[in-house]
Amino acid sequence: MKNVRLLPLTILLILSMVLAACGGNSSAPADSSSSDTAAAGSDAASSDSGAAPDAAEASGTVTYWLWDSLQLPAYQKCADDFMAANPSITIEITQSGWDDYWSNVQTGMVAGTAPDVFTDHLAKYPEFAAKGQLVDIQPYAERDGVSLDAYIGDLADLWARDGARFGLPKDWDTVAIAYNQEALDAAGVTADDLNSLTWNPEDGGSFGEMLAQLTVDANGNNGLSADFDKSNITQYGFIMDANGGAYGQTQWSWLAETTGWTYNDGLYDTKYYYDDPRFAATLQWVADQMAAGFIMPEEQVSSLGGSAAFQSGQGALHANGSWMIGQLTSQSPFTVGFARLPEGPEGRKSMFNGLADSIWVGSENTEAAWQWVKYLASQECADTVGSYGVVFPAQQSGVDNALAAYEERGLDVSAFTEQALEEGGTFLFPVTDHASEVVAIMNPAVQSILLGQSDAESALSTANAEVNALFK
Amino acid sequence: MTASSQLPTGTALPAPPAPGRRRLITEESVTALFFILPSLLGFILFYAMPALRGVWISMTDWDLLTDASFIGLQNYSRLFQDAEFWNALKVTLYYVVLNIPLQTILAVVIAVLMSRLTKSMLVRGLIILPWLLPPVVVGLLWLWLLDPNIGIVNVALKSLGLPMIAFLGLPQYAMPTIAMINIWQYVGYTALLIFAGLQSIPGSVYEAASIDGASENQMFWRITIPLLRPVLVFVLVTSVIGSFQIFDTIAITTKGGPINATKVMNWYIYEQAFTRYNMGYSTTISIILFAILVFISLAQMRLMRAGESDM
Repeated sequence: MKNVRLLPLTILLILSMVLAACGGNSSAPADSSSSDTAAAGSDAASSDSGAAPDAAEASGTVTYWLWDSLQLPAYQKCADDFMAANPSITIEITQSGWDDYWSNVQTGMVAGTAPDVFTDHLAKYPEFAAKGQLVDIQPYAERDGVSLDAYIGDLADLWARDGARFGLPKDWDTVAIAYNQEALDAAGVTADDLNSLTWNPEDGGSFGEMLAQLTVDANGNNGLSADFDKSNITQYGFIMDANGGAYGQTQWSWLAETTGWTYNDGLYDTKYYYDDPRFAATLQWVADQMAAGFIMPEEQVSSLGGSAAFQSGQGALHANGSWMIGQLTSQSPFTVGFARLPEGPEGRKSMFNGLADSIWVGSENTEAAWQWVKYLASQECADTVGSYGVVFPAQQSGVDNALAAYEERGLDVSAFTEQALEEGGTFLFPVTDHASEVVAIMNPAVQSILLGQSDAESALSTANAEVNALFK
Repeated sequence: MTASSQLPTGTALPAPPAPGRRRLITEESVTALFFILPSLLGFILFYAMPALRGVWISMTDWDLLTDASFIGLQNYSRLFQDAEFWNALKVTLYYVVLNIPLQTILAVVIAVLMSRLTKSMLVRGLIILPWLLPPVVVGLLWLWLLDPNIGIVNVALKSLGLPMIAFLGLPQYAMPTIAMINIWQYVGYTALLIFAGLQSIPGSVYEAASIDGASENQMFWRITIPLLRPVLVFVLVTSVIGSFQIFDTIAITTKGGPINATKVMNWYIYEQAFTRYNMGYSTTISIILFAILVFISLAQMRLMRAGESDM
């Protein structure tokens, strides 16, 4: 028996493997860079909080990030126009998908490589602002006399807090019901039928009945038939884009809000109402429809998403936002139309949401970045973006362009615009602090309800207590 | 591994230093140090220092973007009350149990078959093929293959008259599915390591055994397994560590879901740091994971007498 010197070797090996993992988690942000950004943050904050900045001659390169590949051509056109008018400024646009986008922005802020300007979301900006990562553009807006009245509705207010402003609105969206024309024809249902549906959380109303009618099993029986076989469904009445987590913008918010329920009491409120019985009843109704087979079950949409399932022809109806019009209509192998949301106990309601562009405090070229943000939120760029027909710009003339572009393609998008114009037809995104923690708590809770693993009332009261504890 | 037993050791040198006056710094150790230096520098710079810094970060409330302040052991006490942490630990252990035994047994079987039955490079190459694929590609591949709506696996199940299964969408199936995906990916690599160990067992031992009338089965249990022990220890220690650190497959397929069924330690660490802005707390969890792994690895080596060989 010979003594093999394995032990020290193995220990070294484990050590290096384990430490590599730890290193990966802790070494990414180097000390110097984090203090750099912090310093940059306080510099920017101090210069911004004082008098309005001087209008310096802006020049140099401005980096700009966005996540929607469909909008890239429109914004590239805006950038080209902007550069033609301002030859001393170069705009460099980078697009990356939603999930990568936010981790790139965030790690970029830590490492000092975040873009000068980036497309921002209401669920994300309050945390960036609270951590001193966004330039307060209010002094710039005042200096240059940017009129906030130009923006539709209350869009501009969503980006302001305590007199500071972190973005100028550039677009808006509402939710409507996309339908598969072939599925409607086969069931003898018309778009007009869809437009006059009602819903309530107790029995689902005529909307619930419609979902059953549009669900078909392998034997050709629909969900209203006594012989309906829910274990062998070929077409679901309705497909949701996964569980929706804390906000359910396209998933369940347009049902829940019609009961009179609201997420909270408005901008930067510190108390959520996820434990409200009306909200629980709504989610329970959705979960019950999934169990009955009329809505495609959560486990079938959680990985690739609901729109992929709808576009592969597995469902008759699918709720989604106006930013999806282009993709749903051009990339489905069947004709897609849009119908109004069902009318609930307190009318039809859709979230009215919008994006804006924010400037990172670490930008070395804040003046040029501001000029670009101002242009992105200008009527000129809004008109350009509108003409591409991918999204509704935040200014009316841009919306007119978008409508013309959709009409040219033979698309009727009035279900989205009428919703936006309807009296009391919209509600705003619940902008609050701690959004990422709220999402982390609500995601598993909502998912467990929709998977039928817990009942809505108890899961939501636990989750709501956790959410509200964040604000204490 | 066994090669090291044939290397000349310090005591085997032609002129050993006088007993009682062993010099610590010999000419040989200076040369050795010179050769080790490059990797030692890398080790200190990229492993040791970040790890030590991690200990410091774990005692702060650093949120990635604003200045950190020292909060002592608060993160550690928070850990004990954090149901999500305990769930992550449970889920990780569940994964290790699903992954390691089956993967190791399959690898030993494949390695023995490789060495006893085939000399074909093609077959041997095919076996490690999944390991050559980037983990992200493997994750995406299986995500699409197993999709309940459009995946080919469910199409196959359906054509056999079986019900559709949401492999990655239901809490009860998600972790076993991920364990299977990773076994598929890593079993070839593990088999390759064991195969290398098999090559070092002298053929004469088997010859002697077969002359004595030992069956193939007896040779496997009496010769192969005992002589393979040091290699098996290495394989087990490294694959258990790797298994505890599972991340990429989950990041691609389930992202910790459904509900919290696949929220393993490393995913939870990532989520706390990069989506929930709790870098300090996240680092605390990594330190605990580190401690767990050191303990498990040392226990494994002690139990399996890693320092000795029967050869």
